[in-house]
Amino acid sequence: MIETTQRSRLSGPEIALRMNGISKKFGPVQALSDVSFTVRRGTVHALVGENGAGKSTLMKILAGVYQPDSGTIEINAKQKVLSKPAEALAAGISMIYQELDLAEHLTVAENVFLGMELPGRLPFIMDQKKMTARTAKLAQRFNFKINPTAIVEKLPMGDCQIVEILKALMRNASIIVMDEPTSSLSETEAEMLFELVKALRQKELSIIYISHRLEEIVGLADDVSVLRDGRMVHSGPMATLDIPKIVHYMVGRELKDFFPARNINIGETLVKVRNLSSKNGVEDISFDIRKGEIVGMAGLIGAGRTQVARALFGIDRKTSGTIELDGRRLEINSPTDAIANHIAFLTEDRKRTGLCLELPCSWNITLPNLVEIGMKNIIKPRQESKIVTNIAKRISIKWLGPQAPVDSLSGGNQQKILIARWLLAQSKFMIFDEPTRGIDVGAKKEVYSILNELAGEGKAILFISSELPELFGIADRILVMRRGRLAGNVNPKKTTQEEVMHLAAVEASLRKESLGQ
Amino acid sequence: MSKLVRQLLPFGSLILIICILSALKPDTFLTTDNFLNVLRRSSVNGIIAVGMTAIIISAGIDLSVGSMMALSGMVGAWVMLVIGGTNPQGAALVVGTFVGIVMGLACGFLNGLLITKLKLPPFIVTLGTMSTFRGISYVMNAGKPYNIPHYKYLNEGIVLGVPISVLIFAVIIALAGLLLKYSRLGRYTYAIGSNRVAAFHAGVNVDAYLIRIYALTGLVVGIAAMITTSRAVSAQPTAGVTLELDIIAAVVIGGASLSGGRGTIIGTLIGTLLISFLRNGCTLLDISTNVQLIVIGAIIIIAVAVDQLARSRAAAGRTE
Repeated sequence: MIETTQRSRLSGPEIALRMNGISKKFGPVQALSDVSFTVRRGTVHALVGENGAGKSTLMKILAGVYQPDSGTIEINAKQKVLSKPAEALAAGISMIYQELDLAEHLTVAENVFLGMELPGRLPFIMDQKKMTARTAKLAQRFNFKINPTAIVEKLPMGDCQIVEILKALMRNASIIVMDEPTSSLSETEAEMLFELVKALRQKELSIIYISHRLEEIVGLADDVSVLRDGRMVHSGPMATLDIPKIVHYMVGRELKDFFPARNINIGETLVKVRNLSSKNGVEDISFDIRKGEIVGMAGLIGAGRTQVARALFGIDRKTSGTIELDGRRLEINSPTDAIANHIAFLTEDRKRTGLCLELPCSWNITLPNLVEIGMKNIIKPRQESKIVTNIAKRISIKWLGPQAPVDSLSGGNQQKILIARWLLAQSKFMIFDEPTRGIDVGAKKEVYSILNELAGEGKAILFISSELPELFGIADRILVMRRGRLAGNVNPKKTTQEEVMHLAAVEASLRKESLGQ
Repeated sequence: MSKLVRQLLPFGSLILIICILSALKPDTFLTTDNFLNVLRRSSVNGIIAVGMTAIIISAGIDLSVGSMMALSGMVGAWVMLVIGGTNPQGAALVVGTFVGIVMGLACGFLNGLLITKLKLPPFIVTLGTMSTFRGISYVMNAGKPYNIPHYKYLNEGIVLGVPISVLIFAVIIALAGLLLKYSRLGRYTYAIGSNRVAAFHAGVNVDAYLIRIYALTGLVVGIAAMITTSRAVSAQPTAGVTLELDIIAAVVIGGASLSGGRGTIIGTLIGTLLISFLRNGCTLLDISTNVQLIVIGAIIIIAVAVDQLARSRAAAGRTE
């Protein structure tokens, strides 16, 4: 069922961008079919959809990276052919990608003027003063607080976003595309970004805002367009939508049982961590996890959650503390030791620290398990394929086969490759760090089911997440981290998300109520 | 599809060169003697290229192989002379051969140790040892070679109608191919080259395996060194100057990626033979060695360019 609102047939000066009947094929894959997308001037337009729905393809067409097989693009009511990125830029379209694109060693002003430096009096010398002044002026116009002479490398992530936005503005952008802008920002930085976006809107710019975090869209977007399987399934004002409706459009079904029910059967204590401190900022952490228990870990970015996992898994050096598993004290100095002691760690950064992207799926799954599956001395590829295929079936990985390279898979399936790896390891204590980051709604649900299943098998699970709703949805208990320390240990059934946020964000001495068990 | 083309391209080129040369020079090229000759000449480079392949798959590089070869040969020959007097024979040659090979192993081990324990880039470490190993080779006999007139077996020996050096080459190729494909060492080599941090987080003892990879390369360099020594019936301190570049070229033509994670022994074998047959053909056709250099340079660039093209096509096909 395809719905298109009246809006897409609107015309006139209030339309900043109109993409009409865009189709694009990659080999046999129809990435986009007959997609129409209209953005009003001076609005924030959220573009959502599961991974692989076609958002990036549509935006890359807008940026002049890809050419559509059919369809037209009108910018400010003028038909344009965008055959290369420079033409899109000249037409007033700026892209801000998830991985920012800044020259780290240059100053803010130098970045803003990169490629269009102002000439000074001497040849080959640029006019630093003028560039700095104009950057400052531009920032002031939008009320952005930034020092134009600061070196980008030393700026926090949130300020880097400002530099990207200034860069776009200096090039007279009228449409700015932001791809997952908050994915690497802390809560406060994200709030700041929303203010920036609103300021841009006020100056009659149009922002196309791509995000997996639906909550932030609700407060920010004027219009929402939903892509599914390369088709535009809904496009209309935010006012008529809410999160369940958006999710419904994204996945084509209601997700009533988003967090699957579980048979909680919690046994005796399996993991006992005492006074854990590490060189990487973890201070005096103690907690227990029982068999079959899912313990969530909340905290703001930089609170040290991943660092706890890294210390437990032997990646960072411990400065003090003990880890017991099944009543036995473990000596862990490397991931090799951790794995030998039946601990698993699913990393939050699957591309950098998780997967060997160009290697086959099967190799990635068996990498830590070769000894475990009896291939200490000789690898038997056929047997390996069989083992891997079985486990892939169990968690329904979609791939071209065990020999396909991991980078041919979608984000959600790549994540499942890592999950399969640790399922195969038969670990007793499993640490999942942001297992649902950057994967689509359907895949998220599958991850929750896997976690439940593992807990049902009597494993102890530490589930680190930045999304409070999912922690409340499946954790039996939530540990709250703040500045490398444990700020709370709460029962999600007896507390609220606001309270957890409070624990995570506010200094203990300023907290009136004492929380915890 | 394009991947298949990429894999078949070096092999196809090899066949093409053999066909053209067979047509042009049926009498001199298409003979068993000439083929064995080509194989014998490529054995030293091929043996070292096997080690280099593993190192390149692990995202490393070894610039010191040429110097290492000279040093191993010098040490082996020196031991022969110490044990067997001025004209060593028999047991002295066997012991010297063994010591020369172990010397190669030790050099490789040292490279691995420096790379992992000092956390230095392989390029820098082996650039340093390249100079150091060469310097020691010169210092050992004040820049002069050690002559071992009776050390002929590794070059002239024939087993089952095949020169012994070719046989050693074949055995090493087969062993290395099996090791890369069916051992944990091989699997970890690919994993380390593809993503070292991810391999470490998956419990691979990265340092230990890197040391093994460099040490094993040293071992095959030691073997190649003794074959070279036997060929010249003397150990030359100048042996293998700029050899590392020929070796890296063969490995790259064979499809290995300098950024790691990709490469095969078969590819390297084809790359080595491609260069050898090209040289052989040029000689038979009276094309000067200077022109050979131009041709080989062009082939390296074409091979890598085709590779890039095939990869970017493949990547574009699965965007999103």
